[in-house]
Amino acid sequence: MASRLMALWDWFDSRMPSVAEEFRKHLAEYYAPKNFNFWYFFGALSILVLAIQIVSGIFLTMNYKPDAALAFGSVEYIMRDVPGGWVIRYIHSTGASAFFLDVYLHMFRGLLYGSYKQPRELIWIFGVLIYLTLMAEAFMGYLLPWGQMSYWGAQVIVNLFSSIPFIGPDLALWIRGDYVVSDATLNRFFALHVIAIPLVLLGLVAAHILALHDVGSNNPDGIEIKKTKGPDGHPLDGIPFHPYYTVKDIVGAVVFLALFSVVVFFVPEMGGYFLEYNNYVPADPLKTPAHIAPLWYFTPYYSILRAVPPLFNSVFPGVAMMGLSTLILFFLPWLDRSPVKSIRYRGGLYKGAVAIFVLTFLVLGYLGTEPVTVWGQAGAWLGYADRATIAARICTLLYFAFFFLMPWYTAIDKTKPVPERVTM
Amino acid sequence: MSEKKIDNTRRNLIVATSAVAGAAGAGAAIPFAWSWWPSERAKAAGAPVEADISNLAPGELAVVEWRGKPVWIMRRTKEMLEAIKKVEDKVTDPKSEVPLQPEYAKNEYRSIKPEYLVLVGICTHLGCSPQPKSSEAKGEMGADWAGGFLCPCHGSKFDLAGRVYKGAPAPVNLEVPPHTYLSDGTILIGEDKKGA
Repeated sequence: MASRLMALWDWFDSRMPSVAEEFRKHLAEYYAPKNFNFWYFFGALSILVLAIQIVSGIFLTMNYKPDAALAFGSVEYIMRDVPGGWVIRYIHSTGASAFFLDVYLHMFRGLLYGSYKQPRELIWIFGVLIYLTLMAEAFMGYLLPWGQMSYWGAQVIVNLFSSIPFIGPDLALWIRGDYVVSDATLNRFFALHVIAIPLVLLGLVAAHILALHDVGSNNPDGIEIKKTKGPDGHPLDGIPFHPYYTVKDIVGAVVFLALFSVVVFFVPEMGGYFLEYNNYVPADPLKTPAHIAPLWYFTPYYSILRAVPPLFNSVFPGVAMMGLSTLILFFLPWLDRSPVKSIRYRGGLYKGAVAIFVLTFLVLGYLGTEPVTVWGQAGAWLGYADRATIAARICTLLYFAFFFLMPWYTAIDKTKPVPERVTM
Repeated sequence: MSEKKIDNTRRNLIVATSAVAGAAGAGAAIPFAWSWWPSERAKAAGAPVEADISNLAPGELAVVEWRGKPVWIMRRTKEMLEAIKKVEDKVTDPKSEVPLQPEYAKNEYRSIKPEYLVLVGICTHLGCSPQPKSSEAKGEMGADWAGGFLCPCHGSKFDLAGRVYKGAPAPVNLEVPPHTYLSDGTILIGEDKKGA
């Protein structure tokens, strides 16, 4: 039997040797640094979530109806009448939040260990493109249940485009395909969400991984392991990705899936953070819900949008700042002037800046989920302004200071000597 | 074929034909992008609508749908009109300088007839629909609240003429749609008076 299988494999391999070649190149003989830690789970987990989203998404489309008159009902039909429909939908909705959580932790890892620095700028750029594409994917997917939050969230976001000088109103009309968010908008967002954007996403993920495997992985020490090679030509501090890291990632996947299942089966709505309560009310174009907030993964940017005051009778400055707050990520490899990569060998300035940045991001994220009145009004000396708005403005300044002051503080920061070989 | 020498004639031909093919390819995107404009059906659905206001009680607000947007028709009382005068120094654009109303509504009360206010009920900040808050809602809106509208999304406040209060996230006043009186009791929303 075994020899039969071997013969079958030989038959296949002699006709399509590239399968074995690619397996060696990207797994069995891809040498990754041996000192990967906890933070190195989230890239592989993001791919796992992508697979979960594609499979659960395909099965949702089998019962979902992208029609303004039928969409809300078809989602309820999936939840109540389709056998197992509820679990498929909760997997998909939990997957959306899990995807962003993984991606945020994955990006934070890059920030910790300088993974975006030379020679990995392209990997970072592809990564930021994945992040932006994922935002578009999540935004369009959120319209599909056609609940109140779907509808009014889309209304707010599409109106961001209408604030662009000169072309704005026409651009918003073109995106919606109607004078308001309507059936036309729902139908095209469905097409983009289920096929166009996922294709772009898969292409970007492939580019991200190919670029990574060309230059090799960074590590918690920020050392280039390819500089120290053994007599066999392989890095002395490297180990084959398969089986060593496939096994490690399987452990990570099991723990992740256990936590994922807890959410799916016990708290799928996550107290309104993963699925908003108002979205269980059908979309009503004539009635805005009392409080509109995007899902948690967009709220830091939403806070920035709200924090910037209008200028020259236009909300465009806020929209521009919100756009800038994501696009600035592209420039990170060139803003960071430090001679070392990893935070382990950086000085207090960078460590402090990262700590403040994380805090800022979390505060902005929290404020974005709440109405601006959440902390009450300040006293007369601040003109009775909302305290939350003042806090959001300070955090917005700090957010941009992290990036714009980076060339300065990373250059003067006192760094420690980096060892020749990785430490464990 | 020589490895060192590039035949520029052939190279130029390839560049030129590729450029033409590229332009044709980009041109092929036009019908796809074009298909995103509102369809004829959507445009027809955006036609003007008639509203019967003969049964509107003083102080009452009616909502009609025009182009999928809520349009408010409010019959204002004498006290409400007085309140509009009182808040003049608290609103950003008391004289309605920003052209968000037809010329015939660019006046003190932002309406053709002072009694009837016609507004698009969509906040000029990010498109939510504000809610009416009468002058009795002082507990929630502050002791000097004279009545008006509050946007639940980001807290923009508007007075009873749809003028935005200073310090609100909304940059400009609420929009007055084109409208005309067909008779004393009927308003046509979405169309100016013929010849006006």
